[in-house]
Amino acid sequence: MNPTIDKDLESVVIRFAGDSGDGMQLTGTQFTNSAALFGNDLATFPDFPAEIRAPIGTLAGVSGFQIHFGSTRIHTPGDMSHVLVVMNVAALKANIKNLVKGGVIIANSDGFDSKNMRLANVPEDKNPLTDGSLDEYDLKIIDVTKITRAALTDSGLSVKEIDRCKNMFVLGLVYWMYNRNMESSIAFVKAKFKKNEAVMNANLKIMQAGWSYGETTEMFANRYNVAPAKMEAGVYRSIMGNQAAALGLIAASVKSGLSLFYGTYPITPATDILHELSKYKNFNIKTFQAEDEIAAICSSIGASFGGSLAITGSSGPGIALKGEAIGLATMLELPLVIVNVQRAGPSTGLPTKTEQADLMQAYYGRNGECPLVIVAAQSPGDCFNMAYEACRIALEHMIPVFLLTDGYIANGSEPWMYPQSKDLQEIKVEFAPEKTNTDDKFMPYMRDEKLSRPWALPGTKGLEHRIGGLEKQNITGNISYDPNNHEQMIHLRQEKVDKVANYIPLQTMDNGPETGDLLILGWGGTYGALKTATTILRGEGLNVSHAHLRYISPFPSNLGEILKGFKTVVVPELNNGQLVKIIRDKYFIDAIPYNKIQGLPFMSTEVVNKIKEILA
Amino acid sequence: METTVEKLTSKDFSSDQEVRWCPGCGDYSILKQVQTILPDLGRPKEEFVFISGIGCSSRFPYYMDTYGMHSIHGRATAIATGLKATRPELSVWVITGDGDSMSIGGNHFIHMFRRNPDLNVLLFNNQIYGLTKGQYSPTSEQGKVTKSSPIGSVDYPFNPIALALGADATFVARSMDRDPKHQQHVIKRGYEHQGTSLIEIYQNCNVFNDGAFEIYTEKASKKENILLMENGKPLIFGANDDKGIKLDGFKPVIVNLADVSANDLWIHDETDLVKATILSRFYDDPTHPDHKPRPFGVFYVNNNKETFDNLFNKQMEHAMENGMGDLDKLIAGRETWVVN
Repeated sequence: MNPTIDKDLESVVIRFAGDSGDGMQLTGTQFTNSAALFGNDLATFPDFPAEIRAPIGTLAGVSGFQIHFGSTRIHTPGDMSHVLVVMNVAALKANIKNLVKGGVIIANSDGFDSKNMRLANVPEDKNPLTDGSLDEYDLKIIDVTKITRAALTDSGLSVKEIDRCKNMFVLGLVYWMYNRNMESSIAFVKAKFKKNEAVMNANLKIMQAGWSYGETTEMFANRYNVAPAKMEAGVYRSIMGNQAAALGLIAASVKSGLSLFYGTYPITPATDILHELSKYKNFNIKTFQAEDEIAAICSSIGASFGGSLAITGSSGPGIALKGEAIGLATMLELPLVIVNVQRAGPSTGLPTKTEQADLMQAYYGRNGECPLVIVAAQSPGDCFNMAYEACRIALEHMIPVFLLTDGYIANGSEPWMYPQSKDLQEIKVEFAPEKTNTDDKFMPYMRDEKLSRPWALPGTKGLEHRIGGLEKQNITGNISYDPNNHEQMIHLRQEKVDKVANYIPLQTMDNGPETGDLLILGWGGTYGALKTATTILRGEGLNVSHAHLRYISPFPSNLGEILKGFKTVVVPELNNGQLVKIIRDKYFIDAIPYNKIQGLPFMSTEVVNKIKEILA
Repeated sequence: METTVEKLTSKDFSSDQEVRWCPGCGDYSILKQVQTILPDLGRPKEEFVFISGIGCSSRFPYYMDTYGMHSIHGRATAIATGLKATRPELSVWVITGDGDSMSIGGNHFIHMFRRNPDLNVLLFNNQIYGLTKGQYSPTSEQGKVTKSSPIGSVDYPFNPIALALGADATFVARSMDRDPKHQQHVIKRGYEHQGTSLIEIYQNCNVFNDGAFEIYTEKASKKENILLMENGKPLIFGANDDKGIKLDGFKPVIVNLADVSANDLWIHDETDLVKATILSRFYDDPTHPDHKPRPFGVFYVNNNKETFDNLFNKQMEHAMENGMGDLDKLIAGRETWVVN
């Protein structure tokens, strides 16, 4: 019997890192699912290169997956990892700086041979496994490749196929280390390879081999238990942001009774929304992969004219191309949801890295005075809520709505206490009724109390009318070059956006009282890091509160009041200062920007240090 | 089942908006012909939708008392595709110009043909940018002197018919503003076609490119320079219908009817893509001594390519065969757990 001692931990951060082809994303996702099913709270951070198969063994090709799971509430994937699994020397080199001192390194020694050393630009005589440079860590060296090949000699698979099973060894070993049951991953492998029994059996055998390796070798002195988290009672599932956004859109379609049309063009990191939606045609979900970003939004505008819940989705560069058409939708006053899964820019930027630098683009990025509604999701699960809200507002107010998410929450996952459809807010849609008396003309720009105009669908008798991008006369919708009418219409379109404030929730405090020394005002995907930082700061007795914006245009009507209650307002953002400019402009307060623009999410410790510095 | 539709007149299709094209513009004729044929199509007028881009021609929807959208430059095709996909029962028309469809909207133009949604596309080709006051367009002839090309344009022109055939369009035709009957006939046929119908209409811009098509429209030169294609009929033209086209292998040859038996002439077959492609290349400079006559009428019809809207909606019907999915099941996903 192995003399391991079981220890209890509150939370652990594990980072799986290897070559893009090593299957680290899959390994991480599998561990995540079983941790979620076990009842841990968790947050994940897939961190991968833009290239699908970057040159093997190089730093550029390192793909990582970080998971933070615990028996307490978890809001970020963790600043530093406790366990680092590395399949090669490049993965070690890229990730060692974020491993806590004394942390565990599980290294696949085969990935530290001279070829890998050369590819990672590590001098031959500086093999980190042997040169003592890792003495401060708990280093476990395992020749995963050799063990895998030996175990599968009789499998009938080629060496290439055998080597693809390596990640399962790691998964099995980590399952053993954290005393997890492998059931969900076994079921996954069985389902995934049901058509190829040899591969299925090989994967299962190697996963088991990883587990047994932990059990039988005396390499590991301890095994760890991380108890289920105390979370709000309810039924949970694991969810990723893009998945949640797709489900939110589908829910809005079903609840509004409208068929959904999603016109889009593939772009990282938004494409998974298309992948998700295209699976669910049986919910009357229509997806259209257009020839370009412009056709994507234009086809959606056509569908909206025809009475569909029309949505287009993209990321920054694609949104830039859609700008003119967003202006058209604003003039047409038709419902349209524009999803921007933000990534680091400008231009192509860092396609797989996260950023919040498209807020100004959403706010102002069109010609002329072109205001619209903007909402932002704050976590993977929240993508559902805000996608639903974006649709509700677009449909009920006949207006284009931006939904901002970002690469971090789009690909990150968390346990999600999902809603029941009956509990979702109703979405009321009315089409203009047909008209038999043709003497009184139909007025396509007549407005109701929300200032929204009737949605008159082609095919409806007596409502024939023309809309377009030229300025129109209020009420009649006829082309008008009248100077005063133009000014009135500019004001009306702004007022229409402003009025949405009456139909959204008031701003609440996430943590801390409504007045105090310092308010951390965040928006979007930084929620988890800011929440964790605020908890730490308040735990140290500092008078700090946190409010997180999900409605950005218009702002909740009580935001000004909240801002007035604090001596200092700090706005942390993953950009060069965008929300802060709007806050300063609108509320005339000396809000302090705090910015990080590295394609990476905030670490809570960074925020904690910054806030202390400001308070000092 | 045929439903009875109240008989409409062309007046029912004119809106109350004042038509604001320049006096003498060829666009008036096209508007008139469309308003003339729509009442004969036996559909209630609320089923018609006209979608345009930007340019002189694109003002068209404002003058039609139907549903309409005057959209943005080059994108009418994409908007119409989205509308037709989701509302296949509507009769959707695209109004576009040479700049709108082949410059700024070139990408959507070719992809529309590739997909083949059931749209009727009226391409007003005046070989000039009119609304911006006279710059060379993608169909202007090389050497064209305009405000933006004072010593002549160096660009080669697009051949819209060849472009559409190259993109696998299923209905390709050409007409001209000065021949109302021909226009009406061709537009009607385009309407009847299931799939994207391209109807290129030579349209005179009497302000910035006056007389661009004179040789094909004036009585004195017309018969010598145009070839009216009729399905199943020999290709004959000339002042006295005295010339014909013969195929020598793949090479078209102009012959005198006096020298050749009518049986040896090229009989127009709209369903023959190879022949349509040859005809589309009758595109020489009409001042060239050996030029071929410019063909008008229907070049090509393909009834065997299913429309995009049909395919798109068949997939939907198939997916919905067992009724609407269960939203709560979908939201819950495959694996859930309970926290007490």
